[in-house]
Amino acid sequence: MNTVELAKRVRINALNMTSRGGSSHVGAAFSIADILAVLYGKSLNVRPDEPRWEGRDRFILSKGHAGAAVYATLAECGFFPVEKLKTHYQDGSDLSGHVSHKGVPGVELSTGSLGHGLGVGVGMAHALKMAGGAQRVFALLSDGECDEGSNWEAILFAQHHKLDNLVAIIDYNKIQSLAPVSETIALEPFVDKWRAFNWAVREVDGHDHEALTNVFSDLPETAGQPTVVIAHTTKGKGVSFMENTVLWHYRCAKGEEFDAALKELEAL
Amino acid sequence: MRDHFIKRLHELAARDPRIVLITGDLGFGVFNKFREERGHQFINAGVSEQHMTMLATGMAMEGRVTFTYSIGNFPTLRCLEMIRNDAAYHDANVKVVCIGGGFSYGALGISHHATEDLAIMRSLPEVTVVSPCGLWETMEATEAIVNTLGTCYLRLDKSVGDDAPRDGEKFELGRLRTLRQGDVTVVVTGGILCEVQKAAEELSAEGIELKIVSCHTLKPFDADGLIECSAGARAVVTVEEHTVCGGLGSVVAETFMDRAVVPEKFLRVGLEAGFSSIVGSQEYLRTRYNLDAPAIASRIRNLLAGQ
Repeated sequence: MNTVELAKRVRINALNMTSRGGSSHVGAAFSIADILAVLYGKSLNVRPDEPRWEGRDRFILSKGHAGAAVYATLAECGFFPVEKLKTHYQDGSDLSGHVSHKGVPGVELSTGSLGHGLGVGVGMAHALKMAGGAQRVFALLSDGECDEGSNWEAILFAQHHKLDNLVAIIDYNKIQSLAPVSETIALEPFVDKWRAFNWAVREVDGHDHEALTNVFSDLPETAGQPTVVIAHTTKGKGVSFMENTVLWHYRCAKGEEFDAALKELEAL
Repeated sequence: MRDHFIKRLHELAARDPRIVLITGDLGFGVFNKFREERGHQFINAGVSEQHMTMLATGMAMEGRVTFTYSIGNFPTLRCLEMIRNDAAYHDANVKVVCIGGGFSYGALGISHHATEDLAIMRSLPEVTVVSPCGLWETMEATEAIVNTLGTCYLRLDKSVGDDAPRDGEKFELGRLRTLRQGDVTVVVTGGILCEVQKAAEELSAEGIELKIVSCHTLKPFDADGLIECSAGARAVVTVEEHTVCGGLGSVVAETFMDRAVVPEKFLRVGLEAGFSSIVGSQEYLRTRYNLDAPAIASRIRNLLAGQ
């Protein structure tokens, strides 16, 4: 399956999962669908039939609320049956609204409280580097998540220890929980902040598969420096009435809204 | 306790390359030898306890056995969610070490009084909670937690009691140890054992004999051992340099209720409600808060007298 088709299936699955369970965060899931599709479809060195293979690249979803997109990606890539996605957010399921590793092959780290994924990823990257491994560690964060101070502790440590096997990806859709990022806690000048912290920075259109593939195939950006990929994205990408709205951080599509959303996604 | 912990950890690290010691920028002069000889197993994470714990978790997930080290509440309360969500939920081999349980850093103020840590850490699922009473237990516990899968908490104290082992005694996490025989059972955790031992001498002169039981592991708790060591006792008393809310006294009381055992008399000695805005040495604060040997002896005397 090519990455465009994979991203389309991830979105359709995420729509179905959140609508069936009545869960939030479909907009956040759509925002990262293309990044996940390129990572798992092309860039990550992983084995779906051997999820704990030592030589694998590690991927952490730090913005755990978009877990539906990761579950859908892993299932579509063969880590577990797609059928299991129907249990998402249901009574008795291990597919929680925020991503969890227990009982879910392929999930490295359970998250849900923001500001944890990068720090744990730093620990993994540091241990892998000490052991002389070639594995890389990718941590995908939301923009609003960068308000959490714990990230900046991790950012400082990573540059000091020259963790060039570490890649932070920021899903920079510029909308956080209640309002635009710029009106909440402004991150700009964002690129300058990362550079000042001695990270190598790449900016990319987070929905352009070719551009994402190019960035992920050319890492580290600078030897001896961790890399941050600032992916400019659109919250709710793929469904016109969900794009760039705070509402679809919370709302789940029902009835006519669901039908309209599905129609748009199928036409992608 | 701190120096004995470091000494034993150093020995263990020399033969177990998985061990990594991570400090949150504390321990001036303490790690010199460890750093010199095991530099590749030592990390200063800087003043960042949240990151120290996340780092330790990530490294543990890649096969290391990581020790996080700081004083007072910094390695626990400051980064509690990292211990819960990252280390414990992922069964990561992270060993959280607090130097300065209770009033060890009494003169530094309430930020440095570790007086709720046992209750909080005990409530976290999958976390082993260890609070040695003396130097032998400190060294043995250090080794034992390396060999215990998952996340552990080790609370070290500035003061120590006499916890010398019997001939051939083997240390076992989760087992109470009877250090002295008597018919009033006193279960104690941490270095405040020294006060209990002094109280026992004082009371012995009056014909009251304390059975002193070391509870170096609050979780898993030795419920069978408690029932056994308190059978036939005139009274059961718990002593801890910690709030009476949720610590040793609570686990003992809970265990009695769970087993439908009602001691003849029961008393929890620990810190009552309120923060200590008063500062002073550990000895001073123990006296101030009725935790020193004379206060313990007096409270036991009154308990037996039915007052």
